[in-house]
Amino acid sequence: MIPGSFEYHRPSTVSEAVALLGEFDSEARLLAGGHSLIPMMKLRLAQPSHLIDLAGVGELKGVRVEGGEIVIGAMTTQHDVIASEALATHAPILREAAEQIADPQVRYLGTIGGNAANGDPGNDMPALLMTLDAVFELRGPAGARQVKAREYYLGVYETAAEPGEILTGIRVPIPPKPHGFAYEKLKRKIGDYATAAAAVILTVSGGRVSTCAIGLTNVADRPLLAVGAAEAAVGSALDRATLARAARAAEAIASPAADGRGSAEYRAKMAGVMTARALARAFARAAS
Amino acid sequence: MPKINVAMTVNGKAVSAEVEPRLLLIHFLRENLSLTGPHIGCDTTHCGACTVDVDGRSVKSCTMFAVQAQGAEVLTIEGMASADGKLHPLQEGFREMHGLQCGYCTPGMIMRAHRLLKENPNPTEAEIRLGVSGNLCRCTGYQNIVKAIQYAAAKLNGQEFKEAAE
Amino acid sequence: MNDAPAPTSLERAEKLQGMGCKRKRVEDVRFTQGKGNYVDDIKLPGMLHGDFHRSSHGHARIVKIDTSKAKALPGVLAVLTAEDLKGVNLAWMPTLAGDVQMVLADGKVLFQNQEIAFVVATDRYIAADAADLVEVEYEALPVVVDPFKAMAPDAPTLREDIKDKTEGAHGTRKHPNHIFNWQVGDRELTDAAFAKAEVTTKDLLTYQRVHPCPLETCQCVVSFNKILGELTIYGTFQAPHVIRTVVALIAGLPEQKIHVISPDIGGGFGNKVGAYPGYICSAVASIVTGLPVKWVEDRIENLSTTSFARDYHMTTEIAATREGRVTGLRVHILADHGAFDACADPSKWPAGFSNIVTGSYDFPVAHLSVDGVYTNKAPGGVAYRCSFRVTEVAYAIERAMDIMAQKLGLDPVDFRIRNFIRREQFPYQSALGWEYDSGDYLTAMQKAVEATSYRALREEQKAREEAFRRGETRELMGIGVSFFTEIVGAGPSKNCDILGIAMFDSCEIRIHPTGKGIARMGTKSQGQGHETTWAQIIATEIGIPADDIIVEEGNTDTAPYGLGTYGSRSTPVAGAAIAMASRKIKAKAQMIAAFMLEVHEDDLEWDVDRFRVKGNPESFKTMSQIAWAAYNKVPPGMEPGLEAVSYYDPPNMTYPFGAYICVMDIDVDTGVHKVRRFYALDDCGTRINPMVIEGQVHGGCTEGYAIAMGQEIAYDESGNVKGASLMDFFLPTAVETPHWETDYTVTPSPHHPIGAKGVGESPNVGSVPCFANAVNDAFKFLGSTHIPMPHDAYRTWLAAEKLGLHA
Repeated sequence: MIPGSFEYHRPSTVSEAVALLGEFDSEARLLAGGHSLIPMMKLRLAQPSHLIDLAGVGELKGVRVEGGEIVIGAMTTQHDVIASEALATHAPILREAAEQIADPQVRYLGTIGGNAANGDPGNDMPALLMTLDAVFELRGPAGARQVKAREYYLGVYETAAEPGEILTGIRVPIPPKPHGFAYEKLKRKIGDYATAAAAVILTVSGGRVSTCAIGLTNVADRPLLAVGAAEAAVGSALDRATLARAARAAEAIASPAADGRGSAEYRAKMAGVMTARALARAFARAAS
Repeated sequence: MPKINVAMTVNGKAVSAEVEPRLLLIHFLRENLSLTGPHIGCDTTHCGACTVDVDGRSVKSCTMFAVQAQGAEVLTIEGMASADGKLHPLQEGFREMHGLQCGYCTPGMIMRAHRLLKENPNPTEAEIRLGVSGNLCRCTGYQNIVKAIQYAAAKLNGQEFKEAAE
Repeated sequence: MNDAPAPTSLERAEKLQGMGCKRKRVEDVRFTQGKGNYVDDIKLPGMLHGDFHRSSHGHARIVKIDTSKAKALPGVLAVLTAEDLKGVNLAWMPTLAGDVQMVLADGKVLFQNQEIAFVVATDRYIAADAADLVEVEYEALPVVVDPFKAMAPDAPTLREDIKDKTEGAHGTRKHPNHIFNWQVGDRELTDAAFAKAEVTTKDLLTYQRVHPCPLETCQCVVSFNKILGELTIYGTFQAPHVIRTVVALIAGLPEQKIHVISPDIGGGFGNKVGAYPGYICSAVASIVTGLPVKWVEDRIENLSTTSFARDYHMTTEIAATREGRVTGLRVHILADHGAFDACADPSKWPAGFSNIVTGSYDFPVAHLSVDGVYTNKAPGGVAYRCSFRVTEVAYAIERAMDIMAQKLGLDPVDFRIRNFIRREQFPYQSALGWEYDSGDYLTAMQKAVEATSYRALREEQKAREEAFRRGETRELMGIGVSFFTEIVGAGPSKNCDILGIAMFDSCEIRIHPTGKGIARMGTKSQGQGHETTWAQIIATEIGIPADDIIVEEGNTDTAPYGLGTYGSRSTPVAGAAIAMASRKIKAKAQMIAAFMLEVHEDDLEWDVDRFRVKGNPESFKTMSQIAWAAYNKVPPGMEPGLEAVSYYDPPNMTYPFGAYICVMDIDVDTGVHKVRRFYALDDCGTRINPMVIEGQVHGGCTEGYAIAMGQEIAYDESGNVKGASLMDFFLPTAVETPHWETDYTVTPSPHHPIGAKGVGESPNVGSVPCFANAVNDAFKFLGSTHIPMPHDAYRTWLAAEKLGLHA
């Protein structure tokens, strides 16, 4: 219930934050919304000696449309993701997913950057951002660089970010209009991590799926891009047999942990079921 | 670890103290300010009994350090009634509709409902239930809590609350 | 002089806000303003904080405890271990079930998170740091978590402290890990009935381990006054007087110098009946330091170490004729009590009132045998609105009746009706020894059937089953029925006592000169609304408005001795004491009124709030006037004042009952369910406050829903506890919780002064089997006979998988 002691820092720019991270190295943790980190600190599973609070770094806030992309500041809260007209207009799947993360209080503080950055396989945004083929903007001592979300996740709490790098923003290519989308999340109760979840973005032409991307949440040690399932969907009208094929393809790449949500076999099967349902719903949306 | 001076406004009053960075906001409120309305019901940020309003956001004060609330405006259950003691419609509604039994979840529930009604002054039942999904109650089964919030919503909109027929 | 007509009797009765009305709650005024007074709100000058270092192992010898680093931390005043407690003979404490329990680990640990050391520091943050600095060296021992393996010949001995004791508190122990065997009923006649039965069923019905999980955890503030030699204990105690007596007995302090106070309690549900190591350690720490000590457990500690509930493994057999008349019931229960038998049962009842397993049905013969065993799990057993094991056996009988109905090809409602105890049979002697006081089961069941259009639901279900077979839908529809009779109101002194103290309860009422009053009882509300409802009883009984009566509970110095609030005993026992004390006051008031009116007592009649002369209604005295007169002009020979106390020893238990019907739709491809409808009809006899009753049913059904549909405290084979935080321990939010429809019938208890039976536990008793039966009912047409709880999505999917529904 009570965290260990630490020194508190509140930089006002990204450069300051990077400098602090460099100075304290593995002794420091970044504090975004705090709703992943602080619970871990209260259980003493994380005991940083330095906490670098990003709340005062204005550069990290805001959502703007830039050409064919939406640029989302890493410190944008889930609440603000849901409220954003720009996101509702251009990438409504983000709102649908954000609404299924945790609860209203957590969403007021939890950030999209915090949800995406640390490689927790239970988080919802990673698979979503992979589905959208988003790009992460990182800033570290060596300067700024970009990493595709699809190349960012390497394992449990293992990412392509180098020590000392901060996720500062997320660039989301605006999906074509119109497009179908769905985030289908199976959970024990509202606010729980996914038993299995599937994100789908697709386009339809002449009654058939012409492009499709599918991401899977919490059914492996990292978020997954279900390439085989997406390929099965393309070119079809998503009849029952195709949906079943796509489901099996998703199931085949899932290797979830057994936990209170169910056995590994069940969760893998549910990855398939969620994929099929997300495809069907996205397809129906694209048609309307 | 060195202490930090933290200053904020709580229930309209300016307060400040020297605190450890690790002091949780819930403990700052309960111990330093003796505002024992917000309660602690879990250790994993699930139950919502500690919910307060910080700069217009519902916040689980057990998952925020006091230092993060530097310069913030904080509202707790103790600040809901007006200065002359008139109860807020939510406080009235919870009593009228029997939306509490042991009272332990009530301060957090009312503070969350307060912000919910500002987000959405005319919520449907489903929106109310989703709106308080971060607040657990073990006594009431939520049904009368929904009615209490509907009562308050009506009153805040200048209407009379009519209970739906069973 | 105004021309307004005098208020009618009805108007005066309404003003009283007495029994039967939806009086708004007195407690809410402070709770809605954040002005409750809970234990953690209490701050005493110089107060210290205590915290535990707990075991990481489920079963291990303690090789070494190093407290030096903890002691060296600035702000730490003491670190207690079992060695320190041995000096004051408190390393072990007696349990309510006749066992003993370690307060701090003595030589070994027996369950994960068991208390090993208690640190005491100037603030709770330092205490948490210090608890982390205690270092323990363990020698792991083999773990027993399967109760069915606890009595294997090669099972490791868990309780080395009693390993040579073949006689336990409840008779002979047949194995070092055996606690007791308890039997009731006629074994021979029952076996004979089964031997010749036309149809029998036999099923292992398991009620998984769960936990009451009140939103406020267990906590205390203990303050020892060295100068006066007096101990003051504020705590989350559902039975504060019992705690005082227990402390007097085990701490060797004189009882008059122990002041136990339960302030506001944030939910109890049976979690806060017994004594925990935290209370004892805080008391010792306060005595040792001379300062107040506060102990507040966190949620994980609460879920993993305080009184769990259930863990009953019930092999249930029914014998019946082919026409569907039951002829016998035979049940064997394996009870997993964890490391210590800390069950909060009345002392002669090691398996609680599990012999209510005959339920609402007329079994001519029955036999019940219960074996309790030790395992490497948290101690306890009785809790969570169970009325002493009634929830467990209600689940068993309601599941078993459904299973038998299925075997016979009978509708579950019709099969129950065929076997109900009939109204004419009350008072009814059950085959397992209880005398049920009253009931009208048929009326209640018929009301439920009609209100839910049950027969039409069955038609719809048939249509949906056919649609499923045709592949038109992947959803199954289940209709759950439960008709429970439960036993509450412990209880008559002839068979109910807690550590030797009979389970009466009490009420003391004092009316002031200006006609207002104060009343205190031996019960202790943790949300049940006694401050509101007790005054309603008094208002109706003695004609003083409820708003004019202050109700107090929980201060053992001022409240008359009582056994506390749990097991739905408050209304049956204290409620009766309140009526009886009120009637003593009313009797005295009648004599005073007669004296004032210069008539004989028998010439007076009672009219809502006054005595009036028969045949001359203009001649009356109100209770207000009588109260004043009690202090200045009483009849010669009578003492002044207007007060009374009653200690009520109930002649019997009470038997609330109910009919619950649930409609559920299940998605076989995910295992996810949706509750379409839940109807709960409760008969709790006379209804004091319908609003409060409805709230109790909503809350109890919500707990039952959680239990049936996903809640569990489990252990893996290494003794690691799982599901002990709110991440995994299923507590539904407002989103999952179904809508509750409540209804009622009224069959007053014939022996209770106001005919009331109590209702708090009924919804937990009745709803769990109702949900479980709904899930099972959905799969019946595919040949399934029993799927165990909890019915979370995964396990429901697994049941569908095993039936081949995913091919």
